Amino acid sequence: MNLIELLITAACGLGAAIAIMSMAGLSVLAERKVCGALQGRLGPNRTTIPLLGDIPILGRMITRIGIFQLVADAAKFVFKEETIPGHVKKFYYHLAPIVVLIPALVPISVLPFGSLDGEPMILANVDIGMLVILAVSSLGVYGTVLAGWAANSKYPFLGGVRASAQMISYELAMGLAILPVFLWINQPGSDAALSLSSVVSFQETHWFVYLQPFTALLFLICLFAETNRAPFDMAESETDLVGGFHTEYGAFKFGMFFIGEYAHIVFGSALFVTLFLGGFNFLPMFASPWPAGVVGAVLSTLWFVVKVSGLIFFFIWIRWTLPRFRYDQVMTLGWKVLLPLSIVNLLVVMFILMAITPVNA
Amino acid sequence: MDIFLFYFLSALTVFSAVMVTLSRNTVNGAMYMVLSLIGTAGLFAMLGAYFLAALQVLVYAGAVMVLFIFIIMLVDVDAEEKVKIGTGSLIAALIATITMSVGVFMLFYNPEWNQPLSVIVESSSIEAFGGSAKKYGALLYSKNILPIQVVGMLLLIAMVGVILISKNLFTSSTPEEVSEQGEPTES
Repeated sequence: MNLIELLITAACGLGAAIAIMSMAGLSVLAERKVCGALQGRLGPNRTTIPLLGDIPILGRMITRIGIFQLVADAAKFVFKEETIPGHVKKFYYHLAPIVVLIPALVPISVLPFGSLDGEPMILANVDIGMLVILAVSSLGVYGTVLAGWAANSKYPFLGGVRASAQMISYELAMGLAILPVFLWINQPGSDAALSLSSVVSFQETHWFVYLQPFTALLFLICLFAETNRAPFDMAESETDLVGGFHTEYGAFKFGMFFIGEYAHIVFGSALFVTLFLGGFNFLPMFASPWPAGVVGAVLSTLWFVVKVSGLIFFFIWIRWTLPRFRYDQVMTLGWKVLLPLSIVNLLVVMFILMAITPVNA
Repeated sequence: MDIFLFYFLSALTVFSAVMVTLSRNTVNGAMYMVLSLIGTAGLFAMLGAYFLAALQVLVYAGAVMVLFIFIIMLVDVDAEEKVKIGTGSLIAALIATITMSVGVFMLFYNPEWNQPLSVIVESSSIEAFGGSAKKYGALLYSKNILPIQVVGMLLLIAMVGVILISKNLFTSSTPEEVSEQGEPTES
């Protein structure tokens, strides 16, 4: 591989990381706006930057939407003084935010996000895409655990322990909930393996969300638990743990946790869209209308982003609607309900597949 | 470039493996072990066994070691204490080390093995050794079905054993015993 190829690859990776981080930033804003709407408030609508906000109609509109609030938040994270409490374990205290953020940004590289002339656009079209995603995101739990432990005080520690137990528990059910999808696309004769682009091309006519609705539901629940999102936000349940594992963090490091959390949500939504909602395909039973060339690529990517935004909205909606589970309820749900259900689901799908596939295929 | 990557990954793997045994702090040790496992996964990937590499990260680095760290933090083994090594374990360690080193050296100086991997293993069969999920699975569940069954049985036995021990079916529980939460059990 020569230098130019290497540089182009690096630039693509950087672009993907920037895309997912800006999506994360926008979903922070969406969270506040949607939360406001659900509670009969307006949400952030007054923050403004002097000259930009004074542009006749546009400036006022942007102010109302709250885009400047995003800038203000980011500026606060960057410019706030970094205080490091005296009792923390220094090395791991500095390491933890990085370990949270990086696994949240990496897996986007194996996700197909658009189609160019019928070919899926993807940074690394690997055979084992799904496995890469599971592997990389399973490393993210170290960040949470180390943050809780390095803080060296009680509440963060409890938050870290809870988070790790929860993530390990739901990883199992999640893996089992994904298997039926890949069983379905790997019917005899196909060479799909575990690649996500073949999942998307399979869904050109039928989406998995109605081929396997129960699998989709199981996966969605596990996704909520894995992203540490309400009603599963045990790791940082502020009513009993102050701020959970990141209590001792402030300024930029807290910002990294924050962006990492929302990047997880964005990526989780994108993964759900890819696996069950047809990825960049237009609508079930309709042929994708994307024209050839760059226009089609842009349109399909935009359609993918629209779907992902819809799912992010769903995430936020759930958070401000449902109350938080108790910790023992989370564990019971994971081990005694979701795990057996996903095994049964796998078996049922296997028998259905056996029934519908011709014997001597 | 490949050769640099190979040396980097090997150095990472070996260095962190050594540090696992040398570090006094248990959390440091566990983190070094994670690094070592990730380095091994990188080596697998360089051999073309991508499936195995991903499994290595997913199962060992992502799940097993998280449990290790989880337990280390729960029982809070911060206090480092020097453990006297008994004569028996010293002799056992020596024998193990010598056997291991002799084995490794014999492998290295065996002319049959001391040559590029592409000579020993045809590139077509790398896939079956963990390059693609399908071929790996096919090999695992046809030719190697007996070892798989044996390993499965072993895991089942271990699981039943763990449940027996944690339920205290054999020993009458004593007040000193601590439960999972670090608090004395009420019994």
